[in-house]
Amino acid sequence: MNKKLIISIAKSLLLARWRQSLVAAVGVTFSIAMFITLLGFMTGLNDLLDGLILNRTPHIRLYNQIKPSENQPVNAAAEFKDSYNFIHSVKAGITRQELYNSGPVMQAVKADARVVGAAPKLTAQVFFNEGTIDITGVINGIEVEEEMRLFNFRDYVTAGSAIDVKNVANSIILGKGLADILVADIGDVVQVTTAQGERFPLKVVGYFQSGIQEIDKVQSFASIGTTQKLLGKPANYITDIQIKLTDLNLAPAVAKEYTTLFDVDAEDIQTANSQFETGSSVRTLISYAVGITLLVVAGFGIFNILNMMIYEKMDSIAILKATGFSGSDVNAIFIVIALSIGFFGGLVGLVLGLVFSLIIDQIPFVTAALPTVTTYPVNYSPMFYIIGGVFSLVTMYFAGFFPARKASKVDPVEIIRGK
Amino acid sequence: MQDIILEARHINKYFHDPVTTQVLTDVSFSIRKGEFTSVIGKSGSGKSTLLYILSTMDTDYEGEVLIDQESMANKTDKALALIRNEKIGFVFQFHYLLNEFSVLRNVMLPGLKLGKYSAQEVEHNAMQRLEMLGIGHLATKMANKISGGEKQRVAIARALVNNPHIIMGDEPTGNLDKKNSEIVFDIFRELTQEHNQTLLIVTHDQSFAERTGRILEMEDGKLISG
Repeated sequence: MNKKLIISIAKSLLLARWRQSLVAAVGVTFSIAMFITLLGFMTGLNDLLDGLILNRTPHIRLYNQIKPSENQPVNAAAEFKDSYNFIHSVKAGITRQELYNSGPVMQAVKADARVVGAAPKLTAQVFFNEGTIDITGVINGIEVEEEMRLFNFRDYVTAGSAIDVKNVANSIILGKGLADILVADIGDVVQVTTAQGERFPLKVVGYFQSGIQEIDKVQSFASIGTTQKLLGKPANYITDIQIKLTDLNLAPAVAKEYTTLFDVDAEDIQTANSQFETGSSVRTLISYAVGITLLVVAGFGIFNILNMMIYEKMDSIAILKATGFSGSDVNAIFIVIALSIGFFGGLVGLVLGLVFSLIIDQIPFVTAALPTVTTYPVNYSPMFYIIGGVFSLVTMYFAGFFPARKASKVDPVEIIRGK
Repeated sequence: MQDIILEARHINKYFHDPVTTQVLTDVSFSIRKGEFTSVIGKSGSGKSTLLYILSTMDTDYEGEVLIDQESMANKTDKALALIRNEKIGFVFQFHYLLNEFSVLRNVMLPGLKLGKYSAQEVEHNAMQRLEMLGIGHLATKMANKISGGEKQRVAIARALVNNPHIIMGDEPTGNLDKKNSEIVFDIFRELTQEHNQTLLIVTHDQSFAERTGRILEMEDGKLISG
């Protein structure tokens, strides 16, 4: 009963000065809309830039690092145990690039619940022969279907078809930059010389464009089988296992676990790409700071309007108190006014923010570096809408807090006797 | 002594700004149910100050105020608000209607705040009061669209809506012309005679006071007669 009454009084006071209330609400609407738009756009852009690297990068990469044994024989010898041994010209021994037991390791990894999938890979350093000139390059032997499923391989094949590299024997997808150097059209055959000196013709079935030129000038992709043939290795020869996890943040822990479990080297994505994390978190921080500043400014607007309203309504407050409304009732009335401005202004702001986001999403954004992107990227995460909504209410509550307290302390005797 | 509605015991009041001056000195009196009492005195005699102390709005005084045999000392702001709401009706010199509301709604507000009756009953009561005061036809008008005399009558209706023990008036006819003052006085008299309503009216209008049942005269913060 009391609550209903307080709300109805608040409503009447709001509507009696609807122009003023509207101005206050528009302030909130605008700031919430900008908050949503800004964050959506910024985060969209962030996701795009991160995705550029992160989507294609395995969360964990298992491989065999070629490195000298840390435990040199002299250290094991009992007679030199207490001495400090200087060893010069240490060389890597008979370590191989190949992953041992790759089959069982793959099976074990795929059975892990934290793992979305794992794709084998092997790399071969080759020369592409362009007339008399040799151009160094790398051929990545991949399992095309898994690569498409886990690492969006298809998105980066801008010409030709990704799956052809599996279906067409002795075929290759060239990096766009590399293809330009080799002047190789789709359907052409390029000559490749392996490190062992063997020469292979490979048919170009597509172009690959990562958005990073340096990569596109060097990298190319072939099926695992083709690459194994190129290197003269058996069908179980792979050098890397690329793992995608359900949660990216698990990567360091899982990597550590696999290192001991499979006795291989494991590199997690955070270590490999730490700079991206930093960049995107700073950008997010900036967007939040701007958004929250907008809201605080809107809060001051409401603070002002409520303050003015209280001076105008001194008489009404006095009579409410004289006829039995307590200080806390008056306080509640003004808090309700502030919150309803925040609520309705915020609600319209959220919708407007969505509309702005949708508009930005339609603006063409074509860049050679990003073959899959045609319009500006926008992130529609409901989290922004929740934060925006909650924050508008919280800001308005604080904006209303001091004026409401002032109103609750109005001394009716002073007002009434002053007349 | 059973029907004493309002009692003041040895009230002393000081103003501290700019220098401490005593505005009320040892004021004691009591009012019985159904009495039509007026308080007169020159300006500055402390009669309004006394009224605001009796109304519980001013709590900075020495002495004791009892409303309905209940002491007002040491009560919280909320408790006092409730007492004002339930037991005291106010009529001020200035009408103090809320312009954002209709006449009927203005009258209903204290009743809705009390929350003792449903909204329908409060509306019915409020309508009854308005009709009793001859302004039923104004019920749906906005409070700022009616004349000064009418406003004061609406304020009286508002004071009556919760069936208060006592109605306090601070110069209720001070802003009204002769004709409207007469109407208001007649309403007050009718309230005491027909509804046994207790009234305590502060006024400086001698002719108004002379026609009331009892006169308390104040001078320099002291009760000198009554």
